Amino acid sequence: MAWTKNVLRVNLAAGTCMQEPLNMDWARDYLGQRGLGTKYFLAEVDPKVDPFAPENKLIFVTGPLTGTMAATGGRYSVVTKGPLTGAIACSNSGGYFGAELKFAGWDMVIFEGTAPKPVYLLITDGKAELVDAAHLWGKTVWETEETIKKQHQDPQIRVASIGHAGEIGVLYAGIVNDLHRAAGRSGVGAVMGSKNLKAVAVRGTRTDAYQIANPDAFFTAVDAGKKALAANGVTGQGLPTYGTQVLMNVINELGALPTRNHRDVQFESAQAISGEAMHEKRPTDGKANLVTNGACFGCTIACGRISRMDPGHFTIKDKPQYQGASGGLEYEAAWALGAANGVSDLEALTYANFLCNEHGFDPISFGATVGAAMELYDLGILTKEEVGFELPFGSTEAVVKLAELTATGEGFGKVIGLGSKRLCAKYGRPELSMTVKGQEFPAYDGRGLQGMGLAYATSNRGACHLRGYMVSPEVLGIPIKMEPQATEGKPAMLKAFQDLTAVVDSSGLCLFTTFAWGLSDIQPQIQGACEGDWSEDRLLLVGERIWNLEREFNLAAGLTAKDDNLPPRLMKEPAKTGPQKGAVSKLDVMLPEYYQLRGWTPEGVPTAETRTRLGV
Amino acid sequence: MQKSLHLDPNKCTGCLQCEMACAWENHRSFTTAKSRIKVFAFHHEGRFVPYTCTQCDEAWCVLACPVDAIRLDPATGAKIVLEPTCVGCKVCTIACPFGTINYVASTGKVQKCDLCGDHGPACEKACPTGAITYVDADWTGLGKMRQWAGKTDTNPATV
Repeated sequence: MAWTKNVLRVNLAAGTCMQEPLNMDWARDYLGQRGLGTKYFLAEVDPKVDPFAPENKLIFVTGPLTGTMAATGGRYSVVTKGPLTGAIACSNSGGYFGAELKFAGWDMVIFEGTAPKPVYLLITDGKAELVDAAHLWGKTVWETEETIKKQHQDPQIRVASIGHAGEIGVLYAGIVNDLHRAAGRSGVGAVMGSKNLKAVAVRGTRTDAYQIANPDAFFTAVDAGKKALAANGVTGQGLPTYGTQVLMNVINELGALPTRNHRDVQFESAQAISGEAMHEKRPTDGKANLVTNGACFGCTIACGRISRMDPGHFTIKDKPQYQGASGGLEYEAAWALGAANGVSDLEALTYANFLCNEHGFDPISFGATVGAAMELYDLGILTKEEVGFELPFGSTEAVVKLAELTATGEGFGKVIGLGSKRLCAKYGRPELSMTVKGQEFPAYDGRGLQGMGLAYATSNRGACHLRGYMVSPEVLGIPIKMEPQATEGKPAMLKAFQDLTAVVDSSGLCLFTTFAWGLSDIQPQIQGACEGDWSEDRLLLVGERIWNLEREFNLAAGLTAKDDNLPPRLMKEPAKTGPQKGAVSKLDVMLPEYYQLRGWTPEGVPTAETRTRLGV
Repeated sequence: MQKSLHLDPNKCTGCLQCEMACAWENHRSFTTAKSRIKVFAFHHEGRFVPYTCTQCDEAWCVLACPVDAIRLDPATGAKIVLEPTCVGCKVCTIACPFGTINYVASTGKVQKCDLCGDHGPACEKACPTGAITYVDADWTGLGKMRQWAGKTDTNPATV
């Protein structure tokens, strides 16, 4: 069995750590990670709970393929109710932490209550204890990892922690493991901070924690999967060479790169902040921004960026801690910190990205919120006096300064830390917030790519590209090419992507494998590792079940079909330039069909028949 | 012909497939803590470096062992630990200048890379980037030589 069948329940208020058996009936219905964590969460938490109340819970959960030789098998998810959205939050991370948790013998850790004072959880195989974190509170993610390893004289401990942003409740604070891999979105780090939980530190050395059901079948499928990843142009060439940043110029040329708070759909300086630019030698020191690519646990793609800044750049001239190599810009971060604000200084964006990793906050939501603030400033609604400095579109200095202030919660950083929705509401212009369900858009314009617009509107965790990546069919032609402006067939394709994605997110694998893998590549890997029947039909049903379970949570939390929407800008203001010029979102054409395909009422509620069919 | 593991840090991405393959080969588990090859991340240099036993010809672990529990595998040149003989005294772990032989508390024995016997190293097969290769033991420098050879300018027009 690829599950350890052990759940660690940590009551932070009482200071207790209890072992309990995994509910295997639920594992059979929800697989693991995102699905299984959500099932536990719904069973235990009132959807109406205040995200920062002790009654909210925080679940770290792995999948059956986490900690196996299946390519990319190292993922874990964090499930909670998100403070940014008030919806289900489920953030997924790579690095080495998730596999270590499995090696220690745990599928899942459930945190409940609030600790009376800062603590961290230390797991050493079967032993778990809460340790005083007074000396870590206020420290960065980077300092926290280093301190915990030193303190326990064990450099092989893996750490997932929050930085200052999580401690002070930045609404999009993330949880960062292995220095720069993050469960980044929806504010899961802020919930962790509200619980006075600074870090989870794990060392796993058990060899008997879980087994592979059928090793021969497993390795046959895993080897075939690795060959497919290596042979595919995206996973074998594009991602290792340019990372996700391979998309910057492509999406810009297609006219779907949101720019200056979605006023524009093309950024005139996209090239300067692209994956290609990261390879170019700088005129200042003759070195490239990119040092090398790096992999997460078990990953044979290795899309991660390891960057080193120009040590003479104004942002880090006197700061040696940023002059070494660290996690570099991914596409979403480069877009949010750059194009969304009209900023094109690659080095400055790298610095802001370092700050996001170091202090633990989501560069997408942060960058997009700065973009909204710049628009408010441009309209004269926000003033220099209020912000403390000038905030025009294109200001490198402003982005850098706001990243520093948001990390520490000082000055106007406090307002930026609330996210775009609350910022725009505060200044009386809610329509300028480029969000869905309170979460900021990532790097694709919902006018330029109609399917992505529908994906954003219907994503259960608010605007997100990772719940149904319609860029694959609409841009890359995977699995089939769909025209960006077409609406026909998009709801059905999106539903298929959403359900498949839910399976991948519940397995322990990385979603990026799906550039090369279909369900027929993934299914035999799951089947080889897990006993029981894991046919493709069954897995798709699992995916659909997970999607509907998340929907049920959101409906019970008070969200309605009205929240499956897009900002008026995307519905009414046509794209100004490029191949998608003149386009607005045709969400109203696609949404009713989507509900119907989902087996939901026109009000977006699963019908009794759907509920029965899925057993939700 | 004997073969050697050849490790090229420039190609390593830190994915740890090698560590899992080693742990599986020897413990039927993916737990990287049990691997005999380790990948080290030098984070601030942006470098990943795989490292394991080089199978010294005059092996200090062999010389240090008081019970002759480390023997030469003549087929591969590997120095292999005879588990039934090993008493877990750990003297070899002190003698090895490179730290590549280590105690395993759960078995009470030491373990080190044995090149996986006649079927060849599992780490090499698992490595997706060619950072670990299994090459002619007499020619581990061949790749570097080739690289330098390529830089030699023999075009008379430019001499």
